[in-house]
Amino acid sequence: MPPAMLGRSPQVGIDGHVDAETAAGEFAVTLEHVTVRYGKVENAKQVAVRDVSLAFPRNQVTALLGPSGCGKTTILRTINRLHDHTTGKVNGVVRIGDLDVYARETQPEIVRTRVGMVFQRPNLFPTLSIFDNVVAGLRMNGVRKREFLHEAAEAALRQAALWDSVKNRLGLPAVRLSGGQQQRLCIARALAIEPEVLLLDEPCSALDPMASARIEELIVELSSHITIALVTHNLFQATRISDRTAVFLLDDDNTGTLVEDGPTLDVFQSPKDPRTLAYVTGTIG
Amino acid sequence: MSAGTDFVRREPADLLSPESVARRRRMVRRASRSTLRRRRLVGNTTRLACYLALVIALVPLVALLSYTVERGVSGLSVDFFSQLPVPEGVPGGGVEEAIIGTLIIVGLAALVAIPLGLSVALFLVDRRGKLAASVRFVADVMSGIPSIAIGVFAYALFVVPSHHYAGIIGSFALAVLMLPIIVRADEVAMRTVPEDLWDAALALGARPSRVARSVVVRTALPALVTGNLLAVARAVGETAPLLFTALGSSLLITNPFQPMDAMPLRIYLDGTQADPHLQTVAWATALVLLAFILVLSIVARAFASYATRHAR
Repeated sequence: MPPAMLGRSPQVGIDGHVDAETAAGEFAVTLEHVTVRYGKVENAKQVAVRDVSLAFPRNQVTALLGPSGCGKTTILRTINRLHDHTTGKVNGVVRIGDLDVYARETQPEIVRTRVGMVFQRPNLFPTLSIFDNVVAGLRMNGVRKREFLHEAAEAALRQAALWDSVKNRLGLPAVRLSGGQQQRLCIARALAIEPEVLLLDEPCSALDPMASARIEELIVELSSHITIALVTHNLFQATRISDRTAVFLLDDDNTGTLVEDGPTLDVFQSPKDPRTLAYVTGTIG
Repeated sequence: MSAGTDFVRREPADLLSPESVARRRRMVRRASRSTLRRRRLVGNTTRLACYLALVIALVPLVALLSYTVERGVSGLSVDFFSQLPVPEGVPGGGVEEAIIGTLIIVGLAALVAIPLGLSVALFLVDRRGKLAASVRFVADVMSGIPSIAIGVFAYALFVVPSHHYAGIIGSFALAVLMLPIIVRADEVAMRTVPEDLWDAALALGARPSRVARSVVVRTALPALVTGNLLAVARAVGETAPLLFTALGSSLLITNPFQPMDAMPLRIYLDGTQADPHLQTVAWATALVLLAFILVLSIVARAFASYATRHAR
């Protein structure tokens, strides 16, 4: 455990530069009254998480914290419309910059070129090489130019702190890498399309402490120019690397709910909600 | 791909500068936007082609079903299930003996093939040696043998030496037909049981045979039942292995050591007659056979989904 470091000090992006397309206010992602239901029959759908309003400030790490089953991942998946492919039904408004994610005319593919995602376990394409995994997203989006693929792959691998260890074996099957390297390759794959938002769903849960520490370092570095939403059930991870924390808990009827959100320091040291206090001091959850 | 050789040498700082990031972001989004329409078109065309293929695949099935129902439904009556065949030109009669014969012949075949198939499949799941590989190969080859060849084989093996046709020889032929199907279906079903469960049960002190029985077979049960019933459904409809073995009969015979009738044999016999009444009997028998197989399949699937939802 590093010395008690509650909440990183606010950081200004290294660039200060914002893409014309993405320049829309201080929040990269906003959720307004988002409710997600699961199930097949319309009137028997179970509410997984209810009425979440939350904003993710640009180029900061926001941790979604809470015990399992309280809707953290469900909320994360509303941001890039992954519920389109499940029985999940999303109500409410989600915006990325000024793009209304669930508007009728919004195509999910466009949303997903602006948002990258990394999952709990490394899910590299097993038949592809390291290089082909990194550029998979580019190719799927119609990028063909060889030089560009190479440039993007190097940039993504460097950002994921993987370049030096794989630059001489880019043609090897990606699944030959160790677990921690595989997860960093997943991050590189997500970064290759140069997203403005990165969704991380417990990216360290399948990794040992050393590999987790490297991923955490990476997250902090990336937040200099990417907005990061990090799902975690690890209180210490949230305090180590997040600027803001949103605490999710189960309410009385077993529905996930957002209890409190704010700067990580405030949430941990002077929570407004008694349930947050109980959770962060280990009384519940 | 020749990765690593034709990378342009670039300073990392330049590669990761805000300008580079913004330039790449613009390029990716432009490419994505400009190809999205084409990608959607390809996607929708492919989906349409899949639906079309589905319809084409369904046409013969629906045609066969509706034709059989149309021709056969007029032949169905209570007598059809409770009477024996009548000679040509005589009205009425039924195929009771064929229905009972099929039940006995297939029942006996299943009684042998299902436990034997399960044992062989357990062996295949447990062992990884050359022997297992050979057994699996033989099973694969056997499932490709034409059913008429199996019929001739049973004929040469039993009918020729004993100078006697019998229902039970038909059962033998059908068991040979079902065995490889059951072995492969059972093996696939039991392979889906995670290795973790083996570990869990062995760590509790269970003997491997007990693990196989209580954990592997129990966990795979829905898939096992489905696979076996589908093999039975396949055997119910086979005609060729029975032609040389069970022979057929117009009498109600329940002794499996005598020649017996079966539904496919009755369809073959009556369907090739000129008498329209006998042809209707053949269509009606075909309809009953189809319904029987349909019910078997539905029961198999219903059981599988029931057993999956209600753990005991």
